[in-house]
Amino acid sequence: MTTNIPNIPKEKFAFVPRSEKIHDEKLQTKAVGYLGDAWNRFRTNKSAVVAFVLIMILLVFALVVPEISSFSVAFRDGYYKLSLPRSDFFYSLGWDGGKNEQQSEAGYLYLNSIGVESGDSAVMKVYDSFQDATGQTFYNLRSDSYSSVGYVFVNLSEAEYQALMKYQDDTGIQVMYPLQATMNKHFVRANDGANFWYKLQSEAQGTTGAPVLDENGQYIPNYLTSNDPAKAGYVSSRIKGDGENGVWYTYAQKNQTGYRVRVHYKEYFKYINGFYCSFLFGSNVYGQDILTCLAVGARFSLLLAICVATINFILGVIYGSIEGYYGGWVDMIMERISDILADVPFIVVATLFQLHLANKVGVVPSLLFAFILTGWVGTAARVRTQFYRFKGQEYVLAARTLGASDSRLIFKHIFPNSLGTIITGAVMTIPGVIFSESMLSYLHIINLDTSSTLTSIGTMLSNGKDYLSTYPHILFFPAFFIAILEICFNLFGNGLRDAFNPSLRGAED
Amino acid sequence: MTKYIIKRILLMFLTLFIITVMCFVLIKLLPLPAVREMGKDINLVLMRREKMGYNRPIMVQFFLYVKNILTEWDWGVGEQMYEGLEIWDVMMQKLPYTVVVNLYSILVSIPLGLGLGIYAALKKNKWQDAFISTMVMVFISVPSYVYAFLVQYIFCFKLNWFPLQLASLSKAGSLFSGTMFISMVPAIMSLSFGVIAGFTRYTRAELSEVLTGDYMLLARTKGLTKAQAISRHAMRNAMVVILPMIFGEFIGILGGSMIIENIFGIPGIGNLYVNSINVRDYNFFMALNVFYTLIGLVSGIVIDISYGLIDPRIRMGSKK
Repeated sequence: MTTNIPNIPKEKFAFVPRSEKIHDEKLQTKAVGYLGDAWNRFRTNKSAVVAFVLIMILLVFALVVPEISSFSVAFRDGYYKLSLPRSDFFYSLGWDGGKNEQQSEAGYLYLNSIGVESGDSAVMKVYDSFQDATGQTFYNLRSDSYSSVGYVFVNLSEAEYQALMKYQDDTGIQVMYPLQATMNKHFVRANDGANFWYKLQSEAQGTTGAPVLDENGQYIPNYLTSNDPAKAGYVSSRIKGDGENGVWYTYAQKNQTGYRVRVHYKEYFKYINGFYCSFLFGSNVYGQDILTCLAVGARFSLLLAICVATINFILGVIYGSIEGYYGGWVDMIMERISDILADVPFIVVATLFQLHLANKVGVVPSLLFAFILTGWVGTAARVRTQFYRFKGQEYVLAARTLGASDSRLIFKHIFPNSLGTIITGAVMTIPGVIFSESMLSYLHIINLDTSSTLTSIGTMLSNGKDYLSTYPHILFFPAFFIAILEICFNLFGNGLRDAFNPSLRGAED
Repeated sequence: MTKYIIKRILLMFLTLFIITVMCFVLIKLLPLPAVREMGKDINLVLMRREKMGYNRPIMVQFFLYVKNILTEWDWGVGEQMYEGLEIWDVMMQKLPYTVVVNLYSILVSIPLGLGLGIYAALKKNKWQDAFISTMVMVFISVPSYVYAFLVQYIFCFKLNWFPLQLASLSKAGSLFSGTMFISMVPAIMSLSFGVIAGFTRYTRAELSEVLTGDYMLLARTKGLTKAQAISRHAMRNAMVVILPMIFGEFIGILGGSMIIENIFGIPGIGNLYVNSINVRDYNFFMALNVFYTLIGLVSGIVIDISYGLIDPRIRMGSKK
């Protein structure tokens, strides 16, 4: 086939001026590098971006909350244990620390009496009441898990006693309440019976600890009284009805070390700690704040996971590079070593490290060692594969011909090409580390119970599992948190993988 | 192929040996647990320890340990728990619980996982696929104990369908009785979510890759219906990857899940392991370490070998 070339006259041709540049025009757009290209792809992956933002939020939560929280992991309050979540902001939505329950008449009157004495009612709402077949009345009500603590007996030294009285006088807040005259031992419910300030029906009448009510349906106080107002040195504010008819209530009893007084715990807590007790996520069986514990546990998990991922990344890269680059017998020996390490079950390593090192270097470092001992094998294997893929390529040969050293070839020419895959692999190990750590602490193989500064999500879950049916909030918040964290890290990892290796999209690496 | 298998198995035993030595030495370096005094003669325990050779050099002890296992299949006796009972007997007594629960879970997971995976692959890039893939992502990420708590709360506590803990053997009669099965359901469910998601993901990934192959086009061109082409050509090729995974899972059921056994009170191997650590019974701990290592090694080998058995291309390739 011949092409008909028209006869172009010679004078139409001209020499290219030597002075002009003869290469292509300048690129219209800026060149996109490897990381920039990955970033562009990552940006368009909505779920990965959302996951990344969520991870950042959770990380900030874990770092900031322990610092600004009024509570700490060491904080334990036996009276406010198993308190329900309460939020001032969402109070009206039912996030109010309340609990719907059914109470008998006696139970209702007991809860109600707390509010009658101090004005801080433990009954938030009575929905309805009904009578069963035997004529007993029952109430469906919502009780306040904080206010139902009511009153407690405390022993104060002389100085503490004086300080508390001064506080009462300064603020006008009643903290101490009169002691009871008699205590019906059989109806001791909470706090050694500190809440029974009123007359109870005696057991002889075959009742259930219900109060005796006067003709107006009011409680009849059962306070310890005396004729001397200065008895036990109490000179602070007195509750209503005190001092009438020349009868004075007794607020304190002297004992060997000081005074025994009955205090309204809500106000007493404020007096001691400076704020009213309220747990956003509730409290656990030890009276620890779940929010603070969760944040501390999350911080521990995240920092541990990031440490492990970084260290394993470095070790794996060095080991894998040497294996993959040199090959041959070096590779074979190193592969056997990493094979054996990879075959040791992680739980065995973790347990042995705990048994050996926990007493010597502490629980956390020994856990870290356990993660590192076998953790880098995966990274090393990935790096090795990548090296085998790239080391035979022409550009490496070219660089070698130009005299590049081994380390330059490894870190300047081969390694950057495999960086994406390796980074993805390192990020993907983070959820695994978080899961393993929570599992080990759940099973008490690593024991953080005794630590006053540290806790873990697994420890929280294991402490809460006995209360699943009665206080599910103890489990709910940590379980929900770790589920979100795992989902986010997996989505983020997938996003990274797709961004670095578009050809692998959807396939399993 | 035979040469490859023999090589792998020999290598496995070498690895097992090395890990066992390391474990044994590390365990023997630990201080022995204090003798519990309650109603027990301390001297008797000390005498037993002396007789068992606890005071001899570690390598001598290791030699005796291996010798006892190889000649009499004697794995030692329990010291801190199941005192005086043969460890092997206790393990064999615990193993059925673990195996049965996990077997049920796998039997549920395989058809569900494969079915969902195939469905998602066939509906690729439609909303069904997007939905299944999203769910897979969620279910694979959430730790199994979170399911366990959810299942316990919803099905055992709120709906009261199942008991919270596993029924006792004396009450249920046998491991395979109806009562036993009902009480196992929560544990089976908690175990299965993650496994189903795993199977779905692999099946979808493999099948959707296979479906784009040229031979699928050829099969359709020569007149096969879509169903025929998928079942005869696509599924067979996808199975090359999926079947080994299933085999691996089957070996893995021996190990079970410690955390699920702990939550549901299943007296299985995982629970035994955790207990042995908590009470520092090193004889049990050692035996179970070997057990877990062996499971890991065997499942790895089974996966590798089954690739060759299933796919002639890999089998032939290894001959070169």
